[in-house]
Amino acid sequence: MTDFLEPFQFEFFRNGILAAVMVGALCGAIGVYIVLRGMSYIGHGLSHAIFGGAVVSYVMAWNFYLGAGLWGFLAAVLINQTVRRTRVSADAAIGVITTASFATGVALISRYRHFTQNFDAALFGNILGVTGSDVVVVAGVTLLVALLLFFQYRQLLFTTFDAQVAAVYGVKTQWVDTLFALALAAALIASMQILGVTLIAAALVIPAITARLLTDSFPRMLLFSILIGMFTGLAGLYLSYFLNVASGATIVLVQASLFAGALVYTSLRRRMGKRLRNIHL
Amino acid sequence: MQPVVEFDCVNFGYGAEPVLQDIYLHLHPGQFAALVGPSGAGKTTLLKILLGLLTPTRGHVKLTTAAGSGRSRPRIGYVPQLETVDWNFPMTVAQLVLLGRTQQAGPWPWSTREDQRRLKAVLENLEIGELAQRHIRDLSGGQQQRAFLARALIAEPDLLVLDEPTSGVDMRTAENLLHRLAELNRRGMTILITTHDLNAATAHLPWVVCLNRRIIAEGAPETVFTEPILNETYLGDMLVFRQDGLILVQQKPHGHTYRDIMPNPVPGEILQKG
Repeated sequence: MTDFLEPFQFEFFRNGILAAVMVGALCGAIGVYIVLRGMSYIGHGLSHAIFGGAVVSYVMAWNFYLGAGLWGFLAAVLINQTVRRTRVSADAAIGVITTASFATGVALISRYRHFTQNFDAALFGNILGVTGSDVVVVAGVTLLVALLLFFQYRQLLFTTFDAQVAAVYGVKTQWVDTLFALALAAALIASMQILGVTLIAAALVIPAITARLLTDSFPRMLLFSILIGMFTGLAGLYLSYFLNVASGATIVLVQASLFAGALVYTSLRRRMGKRLRNIHL
Repeated sequence: MQPVVEFDCVNFGYGAEPVLQDIYLHLHPGQFAALVGPSGAGKTTLLKILLGLLTPTRGHVKLTTAAGSGRSRPRIGYVPQLETVDWNFPMTVAQLVLLGRTQQAGPWPWSTREDQRRLKAVLENLEIGELAQRHIRDLSGGQQQRAFLARALIAEPDLLVLDEPTSGVDMRTAENLLHRLAELNRRGMTILITTHDLNAATAHLPWVVCLNRRIIAEGAPETVFTEPILNETYLGDMLVFRQDGLILVQQKPHGHTYRDIMPNPVPGEILQKG
């Protein structure tokens, strides 16, 4: 028992586990809307775009959260508007806008090589380097996103299901999309230091798609995705401590294992259902 | 009586290509009308302009509410084409129908007692009460159509707009749906639909508007469904049979005459056999 509690004596682990559980819930919730909008790639793309913003913020000596957050928000709005107003598809818009932004970051790094090391954490995450103030930022973003999802629940659901029809029914879809883009950018910024650019996409998509396999009801999918995100954050970090493996990668591997389990479970359930129906016939 | 919908010289085009030209159209309270015309005639575009999803390049659309309603715009219940629906979305019938109450709902994500009362009433009225917890994908075509109609009706609309409600469903389901719409219309609901099903339109709709980029004609089916008007609307050879107050419309098959494919070409006899 004491072995299990051993990591909690370290402040870095306590901070890390708090951050991992909150980021799990945050990405789990946002991921549901991302997956259902058919924009699974946006997490991957926007995290790269934000990386570009982070580098620009560093060069310009701006506050990291403000600079990178604004950059990510603008990229999300630009993607949404490009898809809505032109014939460019979502995946193409995400590809062009976010890789251009990432390239800006890479270009600046190659120009000012002396700060390359500082961005390792942003690229690969450093959950065990999370400070108390990082936890406060993650908690703040999680609370804001929770409030948005709570008070705009019906509007977000309707816009995600069918934005055009939602507009006919009086939903201010542009406003809902803008708020969502803001929430997504904030969630990515909060998660970047913890999971890293390369792993955020997985944390956004895997809990949501696992939850989708388990239920046909939207509110249940949202709840399952949040719970899966929180559980995998906790279990992943715990395992990483005992296995001495990179924490961000462990969290994602735990999520991928759960997804594989859900896939096997639903396939078996479907086969059993068919067999039972045949027996009844 | 003040029209609910008034199209005044409305023009619309995608780029340089004109889709609608000089549309004048009035829809009065309690009217039940169908827009008919071939694919690409501009039916869905006209609906989208009415719904505020597209802006006319010229002319304007005026929507008026009944005096004393306290609203500046009429409340519209819209049923889109079923082909546009994402059937894999995690959504039960009850959740779908409650979306129609989004604007009337409070700030809370859960549904109120009033929402639940209206949900039960509308589902039972459309005879899909027992399907409330079913996923929308697991319904028949007719049940899906009724679920989307329920979403439109729960909002207590002043105007009901349906885009191709009879497409993709069998003849009996289409008949049942149009019969339900006629019932709603008898209770005072103003309804506008688009349809390709001319024969169903003649049987159930008191007013049809023939559209092919411009309005060719409008009126009661028995007046409007003539071969010259339908030929101009559909740019093809249309055959119109009339017997005992029934109207049957058929397009002449390409490459064959009617006599080639029908052993007995006398329309009256064919109708009597049916």
